[in-house]
Amino acid sequence: MLDFPTWKKAWLWFLVAIAALAAVPSLVSIAGVGWPAHLPDPEVNLGLDLAGGSHILLEADPNQVATQRIDSMAESVRNAMREASPRIQIGDISTRGGQLSFMVANPVDLDRARELLLPLVNGTGMTREWSLSVVDETRFVLKPTQAALDKAVSDAMDTAVEVVRKRIDALGTREPTIIREGDTRIVVQVPGLQDPTQLKKLLGQTAKLEFKLVDTTALPSDIAKGIAPPGDEIVPFVEGAQGQGSAIAVKRLGGIRGDNLTNAQAGVNPQTNENIVNIQFNQQGGKRFADLTTQNVNKPFAIILDGKVLSAPNINEPILGGSAQISGSFTAESANSLAIALRSGALPVDLKVIEERTVGATLGADSIHRGLVAMGIGTGLVLLFMVATYGRFGVYADCALVLNALMILGIMAIMNTTLTLPGIAGFVLTIGAAVDANVLINERIREERKRGRRVMQAVEFGYKEASRAIYDANITNVIAALLLFLFGQGPVKGFAVVLVIGVITSMFTAVTITRMWVAGWLRKTRPSDLRI
Amino acid sequence: MRLLKMVPDDTNIHFLKWRLPFFIVSALLIAASWALVLTQGFNFGVDFAGGVEIQATFTQSKQAPVAELRKEVRSLGFGDPVIQRFGADNQVSIRMSLPKNIKGDDAADKMADQVVNSLRAKFPDFHRDYKGSVSGKVSSELFSKGLYSLLFAMIAISIYIWVRFEWQFGVGALLALFHDVSLTLGMFALTQMEFDLNIVAAILTIIGYSLNDTIVVYDRIRENLKKYRKMPLPELLDLSVNETLARTVMTSATMLIALIPLLLFGPPSLFGLTAAITLGIFVGTYSSIYMAAPLLVWFGVTSHSFVPTETAAERQDRIARGEA
Repeated sequence: MLDFPTWKKAWLWFLVAIAALAAVPSLVSIAGVGWPAHLPDPEVNLGLDLAGGSHILLEADPNQVATQRIDSMAESVRNAMREASPRIQIGDISTRGGQLSFMVANPVDLDRARELLLPLVNGTGMTREWSLSVVDETRFVLKPTQAALDKAVSDAMDTAVEVVRKRIDALGTREPTIIREGDTRIVVQVPGLQDPTQLKKLLGQTAKLEFKLVDTTALPSDIAKGIAPPGDEIVPFVEGAQGQGSAIAVKRLGGIRGDNLTNAQAGVNPQTNENIVNIQFNQQGGKRFADLTTQNVNKPFAIILDGKVLSAPNINEPILGGSAQISGSFTAESANSLAIALRSGALPVDLKVIEERTVGATLGADSIHRGLVAMGIGTGLVLLFMVATYGRFGVYADCALVLNALMILGIMAIMNTTLTLPGIAGFVLTIGAAVDANVLINERIREERKRGRRVMQAVEFGYKEASRAIYDANITNVIAALLLFLFGQGPVKGFAVVLVIGVITSMFTAVTITRMWVAGWLRKTRPSDLRI
Repeated sequence: MRLLKMVPDDTNIHFLKWRLPFFIVSALLIAASWALVLTQGFNFGVDFAGGVEIQATFTQSKQAPVAELRKEVRSLGFGDPVIQRFGADNQVSIRMSLPKNIKGDDAADKMADQVVNSLRAKFPDFHRDYKGSVSGKVSSELFSKGLYSLLFAMIAISIYIWVRFEWQFGVGALLALFHDVSLTLGMFALTQMEFDLNIVAAILTIIGYSLNDTIVVYDRIRENLKKYRKMPLPELLDLSVNETLARTVMTSATMLIALIPLLLFGPPSLFGLTAAITLGIFVGTYSSIYMAAPLLVWFGVTSHSFVPTETAAERQDRIARGEA
């Protein structure tokens, strides 16, 4: 029990040294000194609550993805039926209730329509993406399958994460963390960001850009009532847009989407001094834009962003170069924001901020300072208390405690975990609890001595008999901390991390390492009595 | 220099003599705690209630203008804010729950931005230190996760004790835990201190650590049950509790010594967490002596509870000594 061969001692010291060395960069950086760049740098990350920064939780509505799919299927069906020869007349198209349904005007066309629908409802490979059924003999009902919907949501979220990343990078923030969480959420963490207003605005913008022809024949009274002429839709103007009433009728078909862009830059129109966004289409998009403008000279077209009309200028001449200007009562900031959003592509779904936590840098620094002061005082008192109570054995416990603190920090650095504000509380708690093992051991030694056992045997019994309770107690602590880690959220997780690591290292330092020291001392001095 | 002894040698307090009155007191305290929880409820922080929390410093003022602040926030039409001093005199925390009539998952976020903007405009030296907004959706998820973690932790730990000791000990530990958790919750209902995610962490910590003392006592009871097979149980429990009293007191003392500076000088956001753990240490120490041990009498633990662990050699020894 008290035998420590040299290889074992060397091994123990090696473990301690590795962990303690790994703590050095973190200690240096807490002290506010730079760490040489050419040295390895395993450092404990500071959580946003200590470093300052912004945590934003975004959520997409999966129903929106379903609606989009149904709408685009409706579009495909319309096109397919129109292009059939002879044309198949359909009507009463409904996209409500999570399904698409329409009537075929002439029951004779039913089989032909089915032929045309089949390639649309089957996805790639062997998967069926839509269920197709006929009710009341003339009505087709198309419903997306759950598997196809789930995949669509998942794909949309993957794209959304990419778009979010591009947009945040464009803001020039350093080291953002962007993680998909669950099925429909994205966590964004930006250290050091003090005011996330601009970021949230940027992420809140879907940036779906469309160019659609204005229906000049629509009656203003119908538009005001929200009644769209056949083949049209009513689109409201964006807030603050000039003139022309509050909404406009545009043709549903024949427009183009602004998602084929190679570039978008904010600028100022030299003539009007207006803030604008210059966009550059890719080759395909440029050709479509050229066709649209060539065929509709002297007609107005609407520039629509996220379902709102930015402006509805007249097409004075064909625009052939593949570049265009978007105007729409921008400020310099909103023009820049739109340019970034357009460059990074449209979000496939709207994202809503469902949680935000932003910590100012001064608050974080203050928390670290107060935490360290409290930890310093607490540690000092515990060290004194242990020496006062157990003398030499208290000194051993204290040395083990210091090593323990270093090892926790070192292991956290190696594992690249994050130290949060509750984590500091975990550290303090661990310091109070780590010496508990020594208390149990030392009390047992006291007891065994009182019962008249000789020094060597008393120490041996002390370690052996106390270990049982130490292990049981620590395992319950780990169970509680693990559950906290599994169910906890945000900074509280950091608390659990410190507790788990602290329990494990404290078993090592408070039991194994002190036993090595005590054994060495006993062997060297062979005392006949113990002051404990 | 003489070494410090928190508990004098040969302490012999008849804890078990008072087990019934103390048990009744404990039961009453538990009942009172739950009555408080049910009638007063908790002062949930934004983590669990949803809404907005803002911490701010008025950099040019000695004192935060709480009255004007309240008036300004109220004028925005989101209802009454809870405004408290937080840290220094010129620092405040403003908490608002989400009004029922406002819908939408991002409503809390919009509300937070609106409040901060209007306060910035109104008070030139307003410096926002922290802004948190939690939608109702997220807060109800956090709440159920917190609840599950507490339940699972209590059950998992009791099962562990049951496996390591005997069922009586497992049930005893579970009841002791229930006692500790109830009293801590009761304390939060009574003081109406803010109850947030940190407090759940604190209670989980209490669940983990309050058992440490219980385990030390149980371990000694098990040892003594094997050693003194004929001793009446109450006497044996008294002996065990007294023998381990120094440990119980010392381990709690080291924890308190480490935690109290954090309570006094630590960052204000950790106050609730530290206060809850500190309280838990007191309650946990009490419960390991007056709940965990006496319960074993009523559960009828005997030395036979551990007979299966007796080896053949031990049995022969026992028979040789003429014991039953």
